[in-house]
Amino acid sequence: MVVSCEEVWREVSNYLDGEVEPGLRVAMEEHIRGCKHCTAVVEGTRNVIQLYGDERMLEVPFGFSQRLHRRLDENMPASRRNFLGWMVAAAAACLVAGTIEVARSSALHTPELRSEHARPGTGVPPRMMVVVSEDGKLFHAAGCDYIHEKTKLRTITAAEAERQGYSPCVRCMKKYLATA
Amino acid sequence: MPERAISLEHPAEPFNEEMLVRRVLAGEHELFYELIRPYERRVYAAAFAILRNEADAEDVAQEAVLKAFKHIRQFRAESRFSTWLIQITVNEARMRRRKAHANIMEPIADRQDEEGNYTPRDFADWREIPSETLERNEVRQKLAEALAELGQIYREVFVLRDMQHLSIEETAKALGISTASVKTRLLRARLMLRDLLAPGLGGAWSMTGKLSFVKGTKPW
Repeated sequence: MVVSCEEVWREVSNYLDGEVEPGLRVAMEEHIRGCKHCTAVVEGTRNVIQLYGDERMLEVPFGFSQRLHRRLDENMPASRRNFLGWMVAAAAACLVAGTIEVARSSALHTPELRSEHARPGTGVPPRMMVVVSEDGKLFHAAGCDYIHEKTKLRTITAAEAERQGYSPCVRCMKKYLATA
Repeated sequence: MPERAISLEHPAEPFNEEMLVRRVLAGEHELFYELIRPYERRVYAAAFAILRNEADAEDVAQEAVLKAFKHIRQFRAESRFSTWLIQITVNEARMRRRKAHANIMEPIADRQDEEGNYTPRDFADWREIPSETLERNEVRQKLAEALAELGQIYREVFVLRDMQHLSIEETAKALGISTASVKTRLLRARLMLRDLLAPGLGGAWSMTGKLSFVKGTKPW
């Protein structure tokens, strides 16, 4: 089989994709070997495919991915919000379960905090002795200026205070409050 | 085969797209981010190929991804997720383009008779192309400019097939054209790009330095 330049040009794309039948391939290769123009066309086309096929040619504007994710976040009401909703529900269920448990016995569940504004502490040494007042909401180190109700004070372990819903004092127990 | 747990902390872990789609459908919407992660750049590139404008391409890319999420139920596992996603992107981009260009004639290049044979105009020798040349901004810029000169129908095919490495069949599906058209347009796109790039860059990129091609002349 003998092929012309025009035939090579017509098939160069399929040739480079490995999609010409073997007979034609051999004939094309024979022609290309002896034809300077067709060699230039085939090699150049191969270069085009190689260069544009490089991952580096797929450039996106800076910050593209972050903006895309933000847009998804905003428009996925069924996604993150539901996920968060589920978390809140789960947390609430734990609290309810904990309260029931505490009401039943003084078990080890975290009860509802006495103050809705206070945050629970983290890493409070359970055996540390702290001061609480009967009607107060926080537990303190002995002698803390923030102990307002000086009456009905009790000294108990931090673990017991937490179990009873007391939160760490923002002043004397500051280091046990999450800094977030 | 037991399902492997997907860890968001280890996105590099190999995963099964079909399984991811099923889990997204089952309500694990967070996994949609995993699903699209490998294709984000491709979505943008497909949109840009059609719109040729960064802001529009980015907006359309976002719209397409949102649409894919909303319509994920319609995804059929007989095609790859990436092909489906690119198909949505192409449709979105074309719609945007139609709106923007409602009264503007297509460039002549877009109306060329694609059945006719394309004759290479230039036979500049262009053999050596160290891929490291792509590290140079001006080279990538030249390639991008040449691509922008192609007519729409050629650019779409070329971007999907040669830059995103879709198969002929996938390219045809994504663009809604026949495989024969993909092949014809691809041939033209590749030859036109070679014509556009070979004379200016072929010699300049030659490792051998033997080429003494002068702009405006033919080397024979």
